[in-house]
Amino acid sequence: MHDVIIIGSGPAGLTAAIYTTRANLKTLVVAGGKWGGQLMLTTLVENYPGFSEGIQGPDLMMAMRKQAQRHGAEVVEEDFTEGDFTKKPFVVKTATKSFEGKSVIIATGADTKWLGVPGEKERIGRGVSSCAPCDAPFFRNKKLIVVGGGDSAMEEALVLTRFAEKVTIIHRRDSLRASQILQQRAKNNPKITFLFNTTVEEIQGLEKVTGVKLKNNQTGKITDMPIDGVFVAIGHAPNSRIFQGLEIDEQGYIAVHNHTKTNIEGVFVAGDVHDAKYRQAITAAGFGCAAALEAERWLDSQYDTKN
Amino acid sequence: MADITDRTFEQEVLKSQLPTLVDFWAPWCAPCRIVSPVVEELGEEYEGKAKVVKLNVDDNPDTASRYNVMSIPTLIIFKNGQPVKTIIGAQPKENIRRAIDEAIGS
Ligand SMILES: Cc1cc2nc3c(=O)[nH]c(=O)nc-3n(C[C@H](O)[C@H](O)[C@H](O)COP(=O)(O)OP(=O)(O)OC[C@H]3O[C@@H](n4cnc5c(N)ncnc54)[C@H](O)[C@@H]3O)c2cc1C
Repeated sequence: MHDVIIIGSGPAGLTAAIYTTRANLKTLVVAGGKWGGQLMLTTLVENYPGFSEGIQGPDLMMAMRKQAQRHGAEVVEEDFTEGDFTKKPFVVKTATKSFEGKSVIIATGADTKWLGVPGEKERIGRGVSSCAPCDAPFFRNKKLIVVGGGDSAMEEALVLTRFAEKVTIIHRRDSLRASQILQQRAKNNPKITFLFNTTVEEIQGLEKVTGVKLKNNQTGKITDMPIDGVFVAIGHAPNSRIFQGLEIDEQGYIAVHNHTKTNIEGVFVAGDVHDAKYRQAITAAGFGCAAALEAERWLDSQYDTKN
Repeated sequence: MADITDRTFEQEVLKSQLPTLVDFWAPWCAPCRIVSPVVEELGEEYEGKAKVVKLNVDDNPDTASRYNVMSIPTLIIFKNGQPVKTIIGAQPKENIRRAIDEAIGS
């Protein structure tokens, strides 16, 4: 039996684990098949305090994991598949294991939203990507599209222009959502062009991506566009749906009561899975700390002795 | 872990007697730094049963493009000169272990 089971191993989950272990609570981190979270997909993080020259995202996550483990956190690199939060102790299951916990902290973060069109899923890593800094060098002198109209779409496009010959930003609306400064940077870049009111209907190619089918959503006209890569930047979706019995808001984020509490007593939440507003590594870490302190207080009020 | 190049790929990988896992990586790839130590450990664990090598995609673009590597880290397991398993992106050790076991057993 664990005092705390933390689900997720991004900045929120690992920070929570550092706090609960240091409070002498027996802690398990169900880290997920892809441990470390969103920062594993980025390069230099320049706004996490304490690193004056910046730090590589994966290096930051490796350090957080080491810190949690040094204080005694157990880490299982598997996904949470189902749980029972209706009775205590809570039950948390992965594909191969089952655990019991007196309390649970959910920190499953958010994942890239994909387009969900035919031809996309099977070509992720073969011309379909959501991570320009990871994959841009493979597209030297190629023609690419970026799908999306927000800050991340502009950033992806700008990174890609360092290698690609031409980048077309495809957006379903008639204007961009991105901040002025990034819009301007993208518009000033001679390699970037825009296609508005347009959606991607299908991604084509045999071994790798060779083109897309586009639809103008005002005229309904369908065109084929030969390209070498599709970068998807239409946002992130919280990983919240897998938890039965937990209240979720209209946008799919876990609903929060009184800071880090969910509608189930003893189940706490931290990070991008509930926070639609800030979505930063430092705020996720801060929420992780808060959830850990709340879990500790709640355990103290429920159980006289820790065992 | 041995470094393979475009020049040595055929001899070291395609002609290898053992199933061979190739770690496609580059110095600029941060997630590669998570995967490389893991496959290195597996290389030691599987000594005599499977071989584990790495290939820098910046210095060896021919091999990378021949196998359509467009995202790294990518791990490809070769057996009898053929790619039999591809793992794209950082993955837990157990998944990689399973892929090697399957390649050995197949
Ligand atoms: C490309 C990119 C660049 C970014 N750059 C910056 C930056 O420079 N500065 C900054 O402050 N922020 C940045 N962010 C945002 C920042 O990464 C997030 O705000 C932060 O990672 C959120 O932390 P989290 O712990 O809530 O969730 P996440 O980091 O999303 O981690 C969630 C974890 O939960 C795991 N998980 C999911 N489902 C399950 C399950 N069923 N069972 C078990 N585990 C599960 C996942 O595998 C993951 O490990 C960036 C994000 C991206 C995508």
